[in-house]
Amino acid sequence: MTSLATTTAPAAPRPAPAGGRPGPRPAAGRAALLVLADGRFPAGGHAHSGGMEAAVAAGRVRDAAGLAAFCRGRLHTAGLTAAGLAAAAAHGHDPAVLDAAADARTPSPALRTAARRLGRQLLRAARAAWPAPELDALAAAFPRGAHQPVVLGTTARAAGLGPEDAAHCAVYEAVSGPATAAVRLLGLDPFQASAVLARLAPELDEVAARAAAAARQGPEALPAASAPLLDITAEDHASWPVRLFAS
Amino acid sequence: MGIRATARIVADGGTLPLLAGDGPLALRRTRTAGPDLRVTVVGAMSAPLGGDRLAIEAEVREATRLTVDAAAATLSLPGRGGEPAHYDTALTVGERAELHWLPEPVVAARGSVLRMHTRVHLAATARLVLREEQVLGRHREAPGTLVTRLSVHRGGRPLLDGELACGPGAPGGWDGPAVLGGHRAAGQLLVVDPAFGGQPPGPRSLGPTAALAPLAGPAVLVTAVAEDGRELRAVLDRALAELTARTD
Repeated sequence: MTSLATTTAPAAPRPAPAGGRPGPRPAAGRAALLVLADGRFPAGGHAHSGGMEAAVAAGRVRDAAGLAAFCRGRLHTAGLTAAGLAAAAAHGHDPAVLDAAADARTPSPALRTAARRLGRQLLRAARAAWPAPELDALAAAFPRGAHQPVVLGTTARAAGLGPEDAAHCAVYEAVSGPATAAVRLLGLDPFQASAVLARLAPELDEVAARAAAAARQGPEALPAASAPLLDITAEDHASWPVRLFAS
Repeated sequence: MGIRATARIVADGGTLPLLAGDGPLALRRTRTAGPDLRVTVVGAMSAPLGGDRLAIEAEVREATRLTVDAAAATLSLPGRGGEPAHYDTALTVGERAELHWLPEPVVAARGSVLRMHTRVHLAATARLVLREEQVLGRHREAPGTLVTRLSVHRGGRPLLDGELACGPGAPGGWDGPAVLGGHRAAGQLLVVDPAFGGQPPGPRSLGPTAALAPLAGPAVLVTAVAEDGRELRAVLDRALAELTARTD
C-alpha cells in the first residue's frame, strides 16, 4: 500500500517506468483511486460474478465460509494474474503485448469474451473520466475491446495513478465481484460478505505488491496463476439459457 | 545439494541424433507400429527429491514425428533440508513437425516441494499433443506442495500460459471452491494443430469437472479435475481419442 500511504497531492512526479514508454506522470492522490475502484464507477462489473454463480449452482459455495475460501482462491490465481497485467499496463508496457499475454492466460473462451467486454465498457467510462491519448490509442487498436486488466492499468496511468494502485484495483475487483454476487445468489448477510473482504485485506495488499514487483521486471516476468474450476465452470455457465450474471 | 541432471533428445527425420539420459532420467528408444519415433523415459520413480534440479530438453526437427512417454509416474519426495526440487522441460517443435508429449502423472508425496516449468516453442506449422497430470499425495496420503507452469509459444507468440499451485505450501484457497474444490488430481491436455485454422472444436463441457476450450489460436485445451489419478486419466483419454481422431 505504499502509494496509498505516502502519496499526497500535489506530489513529486513519479520516476519514469523501467522498460515502458518513458515519461513521468503527475502523481494523483487517493481520491482518483477511490473513483476508479468504486463499485459505482460505470464499468459494467456488476453484471459479472467472477465464477460465483456457477460455484453456487454446483453447491461448492453455500455460506460465508465458502465465500471466503472462494475469494481467497480467486485472489491468488485470477486476481494475481490480472493484477500483474494491470500493473504492467500502468508502467506503460506495450498494451498489444500485454493483451496477447492475457489471451494466453485465459484458456476459457467465455472468460476471454467477458474480459474483452468488460475492457470495452471500462474504456468508455475511462475516456470520459480521464481523457488521454493512450486511452484513445487503446480504443483504436482494440475495437472489440482489450482485456479488462490491460485497460485498467492504462486507465490508472491516465488518472495519474501508479502500477501498485492498478494492482490494488485488480485484486479488489477479483474478490468484491464474487462477494457482491454471493449476497444476491445466496441471500447472504451483506455484513458477513463485507467481513470476508475485510479479513482478506492484508492478503490483497500482499498479492498486489507481488504483482507490481513482477510487473517492474517486464511482461516476461508476469504471473500466470490459474484456477482449474474457474476455467472449467465458465464454459458451462456461459451456455445456461437463464442466468443472473454474465460470467 | 541434490542431483543435477539434464536429459536431451533430438529427433531428426527418422533418426535420433541425440538421445542422452542423465542421472535418474534414463531414455530408451521404444518400438512403434509405424515409422514414427518413440522415446520412453524410464527410471524416474525415485526422483525428484527435495533439492534436485532435473531437466529434459527435446527438439523435434523439421517434418519429424516423435512421441515421448514414460514407464512410470514421477514421484516427488521430500529431501533432507526441506528445500524445493525443480523439474524443467524445454520442448522445441520445428516446421511441419509433430510431438506427442505424454508423460505419466507427477505425484506429490507428503512433505515434498516441487516446482515444474514446461516451456514449449512451436513453429507456426508444428503440431503438438501434450498431457500433464498432477496427483496430490499417494493413496490416502496428505499432499506435498506442487507448482506446475505450462508456457507455450507458437510462431513466437504466447499461446498458453498457466500455473497451478497446490498443497500446503501453496497460497490460500488452492483447495477451495474456485481452484480444486477438494479434488486430488488435476490435468490438462493440449492439442495444437494448424489444421484447426480459425475453427478449433468446442467449447464443450466434458462433465461437471472437465471442459474442452478452444484457445486464441489453432489449439484446444482440456482442463480437468478429478477425485484421483485414475478418474482423471479416463477423462483425458476420452478427450485425446476424440481429438486425435479428428486431426489424423
